[in-house]
Amino acid sequence: MALTGLVLAGFVLGHMTGNLLMFKGPEAINAYAAWLHANPGLLWGARAVLIISTIAHIWAGILLSLDNRAARAGGPAVDATRRATIASRTMPYSGVVILGFAIFHLLHFTFKAVALGDVSFGDDVYKMVIAGFSSKPVAYFYIISLLLLCLHLSHGVSSVFQTLGLRNERWRSRLDGLALAYGWIIALGFISIPLAVLTGYLK
Amino acid sequence: MNLDPKTPAGPLADKWNNHKAKLRLVSPANRRKYHVIVVGSGLAGSAAAASFAEMGYEVSCFCYQDSPRRAHSIAAQGGINAAKNYQNDGDSVRRLFQDTIKGGDYRAREANVYRLAQVSTNIIDQCVAQGVPFAREYGGLLANRSFGGAQVSRTFYARGQTGQQLLIGAYSALSRQIGLGTVKMYTRHEMLDLVLVDGKAKGIVTRDLVTGAIESWSSDVVVVCTGGYGNVFYLSTNAQGCNVTATFRAHRRGAGFANPCYTQIHPTCIPVHGEDQSKLTLMSESLRNDGRVWVPKNKADCTKPASEIPEDARDYFLERKYPSYGNLAPRDIASRAAKEVCDEGRGVGQVVDGKRLGVYLDFSAAIKRLGESEIRARYGNLFDMYQNITGENAYKQPMRIFPAVHYTMGGLWVDYNLQSNIPGLFVGGEANFSDHGANRLGASALMQGLADGYFVLPYTVSDFLAGEKSGSRPSTDAPEFQAVVKDVNDRVAKLLSINGTKSPRYYHKALGKITWEQCGMARDKAGLEGAIRDLQALKKDFWENVKVVGSGDALAPELERAGRVADFLDFGIMMCLDALTREESCGGHFRTEFQDAGEAKRDDARYAHAAVWQWTGEGQLPARHVEPLVYEETQLSTRSYK
Amino acid sequence: MVQDNGKEPTLALKLRVWRQRRGQPGAFEEHSLAAVPTSASFLEMMDMLNEQLIKAGKDTFAFDHDCREGICGMCSMTINGMPHGPIPGVTTCQLHMRNFRDGETITVEPWRARAFPVLKDLAVDRSGFDKVIQSGGFITVRTGSAPEANNIPVPKPIADEAMDAAECIGCGACVASCKNGSAMLFVGAKINHLNILPQGQAERDRRTLSMVKTMDEAGFGNCTNYGECQAHCPKSITLDVIAKLNRDYLRARVKEFFSSTGKPSKGGD
Repeated sequence: MALTGLVLAGFVLGHMTGNLLMFKGPEAINAYAAWLHANPGLLWGARAVLIISTIAHIWAGILLSLDNRAARAGGPAVDATRRATIASRTMPYSGVVILGFAIFHLLHFTFKAVALGDVSFGDDVYKMVIAGFSSKPVAYFYIISLLLLCLHLSHGVSSVFQTLGLRNERWRSRLDGLALAYGWIIALGFISIPLAVLTGYLK
Repeated sequence: MNLDPKTPAGPLADKWNNHKAKLRLVSPANRRKYHVIVVGSGLAGSAAAASFAEMGYEVSCFCYQDSPRRAHSIAAQGGINAAKNYQNDGDSVRRLFQDTIKGGDYRAREANVYRLAQVSTNIIDQCVAQGVPFAREYGGLLANRSFGGAQVSRTFYARGQTGQQLLIGAYSALSRQIGLGTVKMYTRHEMLDLVLVDGKAKGIVTRDLVTGAIESWSSDVVVVCTGGYGNVFYLSTNAQGCNVTATFRAHRRGAGFANPCYTQIHPTCIPVHGEDQSKLTLMSESLRNDGRVWVPKNKADCTKPASEIPEDARDYFLERKYPSYGNLAPRDIASRAAKEVCDEGRGVGQVVDGKRLGVYLDFSAAIKRLGESEIRARYGNLFDMYQNITGENAYKQPMRIFPAVHYTMGGLWVDYNLQSNIPGLFVGGEANFSDHGANRLGASALMQGLADGYFVLPYTVSDFLAGEKSGSRPSTDAPEFQAVVKDVNDRVAKLLSINGTKSPRYYHKALGKITWEQCGMARDKAGLEGAIRDLQALKKDFWENVKVVGSGDALAPELERAGRVADFLDFGIMMCLDALTREESCGGHFRTEFQDAGEAKRDDARYAHAAVWQWTGEGQLPARHVEPLVYEETQLSTRSYK
Repeated sequence: MVQDNGKEPTLALKLRVWRQRRGQPGAFEEHSLAAVPTSASFLEMMDMLNEQLIKAGKDTFAFDHDCREGICGMCSMTINGMPHGPIPGVTTCQLHMRNFRDGETITVEPWRARAFPVLKDLAVDRSGFDKVIQSGGFITVRTGSAPEANNIPVPKPIADEAMDAAECIGCGACVASCKNGSAMLFVGAKINHLNILPQGQAERDRRTLSMVKTMDEAGFGNCTNYGECQAHCPKSITLDVIAKLNRDYLRARVKEFFSSTGKPSKGGD
């Protein structure tokens, strides 16, 4: 989980950074998109790693959740939690929503199969994004899903340190803070775009 | 009764080495043909079982707990003695020997004690190699501290849980052998009887506590390391499950029981708080270094909070009675003094059974002198433990303490080889009587358990096995086994069928009340005679009116308790009889008739011997035999603390 | 807590206690218990309940307990959903009734985990822990073969760190509190104790791989870093031991992967 999670967490940072080019104007983002497509080796290499990591992450997550549920043998009749965070307790759920979101997102912007109407945008990514977020339900769905990604990352990233044995009591709270900050940076970076479209800052 | 101690000839210092050189051996190829049963998995049992298995014997080990790691050796706090002389303060094997024999008030067998001191150094080596995290100095070498009854620092320790760390060491060695398949471990199995074939111990009968199955096990030798009998007093610092059944059943099959009246009382325990209390908790004696012990001078003040009792209305009775030693008077003396003031009605704390049984241990002077932070640094964990149990903050108000039973020096009689008078029955650790005489020094119990288990039994049991024909052990179908199995089944069925009105715990409490009152810190003839009568009546009542709920084919804690209490009742009678017939005071045995103004008055002319009791049949008092104690190199003298 | 008359306050309680026979389904039983002294320990309260049941001719509740001073690790009850009850850092035997309110309903359950099947009522089988130790939780040293103790200097910080881990009493509260039924805190503590000491180096990788394998086979769940184990551990053992277990495990796996016998592989015969 940790290694694939690390790949995915790294990916969202790159993806988010690229997206922020939206704020530099249509030329910047379109040039970035064109550059990506001009290097199919790079693009497909990255996509392959992503696809494998995602499948492995999901597969491991399912096995882990099922085995852990069985190992708990139903748990006590009274549930009392002393320390486990909401984020840690909802990892499978936030994960499922994020997966659903990712599928929608691919259909939306990569395959252009949903929620964009019949308009064709050609190579103009900028216009496509503006049109994509002009629908309020779509924009809100993006925002909520990205907040869940923040939750997922805040626990996931801090767990990576634990799994790799790079954490101790002295550094625990600092690393947890770092993970939370990372989650918020990713989420806010992504959210800024639908928000900007909704508020009319980007047109 | 054959009570030949088989002490080897020669100078004290050479006896063990000479003896070891003469002990017979079993060839490595033949060892797997011998089956060794070890009962108990504390320090002595685990260490012995692991060692036997390493040597190549087939070993089965039994314990009543759910894991061998839980045996009560685990609860020892203070430390373990060894004559390493790492502190360069003049320690030596001979000095440890002398301290131990004097501490035992000259009632231990000289040669055994010397051997204990000799192998003490090997124990530390063994434990360190196993990874026991003993306290260290910054240079990386082992640290020591001093402990009662010694003028040198020879105690090795691991925070306040030396017992747990040593037991984990022995348990890990045992676990390695279990993993290798050389030891078969039977947890949640209680030994309920010993099987003799042709006069030799050849097996045991157990009850599987989970399924209730009564099973018999055949072996070439039986090693019993089942601990002490402190729970005969009901309230003690022992674990709830500690019992005398294994050793007492062996006793009923012919093994002599030595010195049952030697019991040790620890002065600094948390007092009894109520009728429903099940356990007493010991706090390190080191508290007496800075605490002052007192009670109100006036009975009427006993109900007041300590802070409302002015200085001149307080009786610092230890400082008053023993001006030179004061609050650091030895365990037995401090304990008896506390009992006296409480018997006078000047005790403090809760009223339990019509009495206030507690004295103050006051740190206010020390806090004033050294500051609270210094006291916290020295005793913080003990103050926390006290607060957790009593709900009282000992920085703000004095602690309350009272003595409690925590170790028993008596046990099955064994010779120098740790073999009982039944051939093939060996006894190690607290379960035997051999090394502590009438009183045990602090930090010596762990030493003895591991000495027996690692460094004595492996040699002496091999010597015994060398004399047994390999493959000659009987089948469990033999009539001797069948007869014992029937006895055990009958007894279990009897306990379950009485269906009376009173719980096993009721009888245990009643037993404890009698033994603690009459055979506790101070004993006298009339009291002991009365106790024997009371215990006989209680025993009769038990077998008519006990109610044991639960079923024989499942986990049945009440059945377990009933069986143990039944044996404690018989044992209690023997303990009181031993105390009655030892007409002297020595170590933990204090007869009020035999004293010099509070000091124990030994009678070496008449009682320099171990009293060994023989079972003579149901309903009869046991018979007393003696093993004279021969002192070749020790001058007997009087312990004085004035 | 002592009042002027030398008596202490008492509680009346409602108890929901788990009743189960081995291999059969269980259920809660409800009982009332009056006059429980606030100074009694939780186990003494259970003793009182059992005495009351005996008077009524009913079977008692079986529960594990032994030393009653917080060190043997035998007591094991989930009290109001919390292994060892509401006070952090203590075992059930060291939990006292003054921490409960008069009239309170207390739910008492066994440790719940696949690897800890119920034997009867509140007693469970924790032999999975022993199996983990048997597979590697030791330093191989034969009796009598040990070198002089001070030949192996151990820096004090290392000895202290080993001691921190070695304080584990093997009670199983970590497993019972973990929402995954994971034993990582226990195994981490055991591995840390031995793996950081100089004496434990020879078997370090072998020990780690073997104990983790046995842990997985024993039916414990997987760590997902909830941290409940640390919060419920009566000896306050920290998640550090899990981080270090993970580190040692990765290290051992990598070394195993790149290990070489120094001889060409034969193949065929």
